[in-house]
Amino acid sequence: MNKSFTPATLLEIYRKGRLINLIDERFRGLLRSGRLAAVYYSPRGQEILAAAMGVHLQQTDYLVTTYRGIHDQLAKGIPLRPLFAEYYAKATGACKGKGGPMHITHPETGVMVTTGIVGSGLPIANGLAWASQLKKDGRVTLVTFGDGASNIGAFHEALNMASLWKLPVIFLCQNNLYGESSKYAKCTAVDNVAERAAGYNMPGVTVNGNDPEAMWRASGEAVARARAGEGPTLLEAKTFRFMGHYFGDPGAYIPKEEYDAHLARDPMPIARAAVLSSGAATEAELAAYDDEVNAKIDDALQFAADSPFPDVSEIDIDVYGAAA
Amino acid sequence: MPSMNMIQALNSAMDVMLERDPDVLIFGQDVGYFGGVFRCTAGLQKKYGSKRVFDAPISEGGIVGAAVGMGAYGLRPVVEIQFADYIYPAMDQLTSEAARLRYRSGGEFSAPITVRTPCGGGIYGGQTHSQSPEAMFAHVCGLKTVMPSNPYDAKGLLIAAIEDDDPVVFFEPKRIYNGPFDGHHDRPVKPWAGHALGEVPDGYYTVPLGRANVLRPGTAVTVLCYGTMVHVCLAAAAESGIDAEVIDLRTLMPLDLETIEASVRKTGRCVIVHEATRTCGFGAELSAQVQEACFIHLEAPIERVTGWDTPYPLAHEWQYFPGPARVSEALTRVMEF
Repeated sequence: MNKSFTPATLLEIYRKGRLINLIDERFRGLLRSGRLAAVYYSPRGQEILAAAMGVHLQQTDYLVTTYRGIHDQLAKGIPLRPLFAEYYAKATGACKGKGGPMHITHPETGVMVTTGIVGSGLPIANGLAWASQLKKDGRVTLVTFGDGASNIGAFHEALNMASLWKLPVIFLCQNNLYGESSKYAKCTAVDNVAERAAGYNMPGVTVNGNDPEAMWRASGEAVARARAGEGPTLLEAKTFRFMGHYFGDPGAYIPKEEYDAHLARDPMPIARAAVLSSGAATEAELAAYDDEVNAKIDDALQFAADSPFPDVSEIDIDVYGAAA
Repeated sequence: MPSMNMIQALNSAMDVMLERDPDVLIFGQDVGYFGGVFRCTAGLQKKYGSKRVFDAPISEGGIVGAAVGMGAYGLRPVVEIQFADYIYPAMDQLTSEAARLRYRSGGEFSAPITVRTPCGGGIYGGQTHSQSPEAMFAHVCGLKTVMPSNPYDAKGLLIAAIEDDDPVVFFEPKRIYNGPFDGHHDRPVKPWAGHALGEVPDGYYTVPLGRANVLRPGTAVTVLCYGTMVHVCLAAAAESGIDAEVIDLRTLMPLDLETIEASVRKTGRCVIVHEATRTCGFGAELSAQVQEACFIHLEAPIERVTGWDTPYPLAHEWQYFPGPARVSEALTRVMEF
């Protein structure tokens, strides 16, 4: 792993984060105006941590994520057309329109499982990693989840098994401080989720997920460890979500002063300023990048709009395999 | 042909598949070094190594979840849940992940996993070691549900399950692991040795999923059963003198409605027998399907002989357990209707 955090790396992280940021803004606009009807869990505020992890992963590595997973999927490199078409439940979607936003799969980019069940992805990630270990394919599996998932039995079973079997897994807890409306400290008996790693004899690292360099370093170490066959890491990225649990969540459970304090540390404008001051890109170059991303978004939205819905005859296809 | 009990037949099925397919692996609680609490995996770790046959912690959800991931990768894991009574912590993984992965990925992935689990009563196990939860799994679209009644079928069905591209919950009625128990608990235990269905080929063969087996042809009444109850129903037919056609379903999902329908059209009567509790048991589904398919052919109401709607009792085990006397009474009722 390259230990020096260069302006070029910062720019790469910013660009991945900005892609997520622009798509999220567009989706929320479409939802507000009624042009997209979907269940949506905005990743606003969690872009940088996903991007800083994403730059360490190869296309063949695996991702297991959750309903709030669009930032993870984009950071992993999922193409926009099948992703957007799936949000619109179209036949050209990543899952033929039959999975939807909470269940995206795209094996070509390693997006193996997206689940709407909190915590259930962790044991599945173990299975993928176990297979990689058996086949010696060099892949690592990243599984991401929220702070709430660390209170589910599956989390504890999965950490124990991954450590026992030294699996090439990275457990990335995106601690955005709220599980639906419940504040982290009201539901969790430890100050930091990463402390729980000690109970499973694996490294546990808490990092400011909104800090590109810190997140990049911690992610790099976890990925390198997994890749080298040294076993799993529990990486806790502290962050905050600005748009509530689901799209439309008024978020009244978050005190205004707390929200404002987080907003003042919004990772996207901070990362942008850092890119500019590092000299990695100019204002004009960043504006040009936005234009480029917006053009891709336009294209993917048009693709989704133009695509047909799956025929009703599809309803009972793929319940069982062909031989059933 | 070698004579095997059901444990040996299941062991042979896994042995054959480990040998044939490098993507097959076996894991679960105590299955590796120890060879399984019922000895079904005895010797396999020694033969195939601890990367392909290995022990897992007591983490049923973690075990089935890992199997789902291995299946998504392309492996064919066979996991053992030590008793069907312990399977509930894995329900989330089975219903929301294993069963649904194919559909929600638009057919790109499936979870070709086999979950073996011993089930059923008659072993003095009380309420947490005697359950028959098959209907809960038959209710979950995307899962297949299998329950053999003899060593020959057990081996052939298990090989078919391992080769199947869908997740299969494979129930093993533990009361008949060692012999065909007909419900007469006060008589000596019979071994599989000498029984026609205890003759099991050494090598590879399959019994296809979704095909019932007419074990006793008859003209008077159709008896639908599976697992241990097959032997109870055969005994009841012999003891009652009623010419019952006894059908061993072997697979609940997919269900061989064709064989069932042909039989009920012929006999005009139907008795359904299972160990599980009555309400919403698989018999309820069978009764509905038979009624839908055979309404004008029925000469009598469909009867169900089942466990009681109670936790599995210890003191009243043989009242709860549907024995040949209760089945015979039901046969008589539908004949005299």
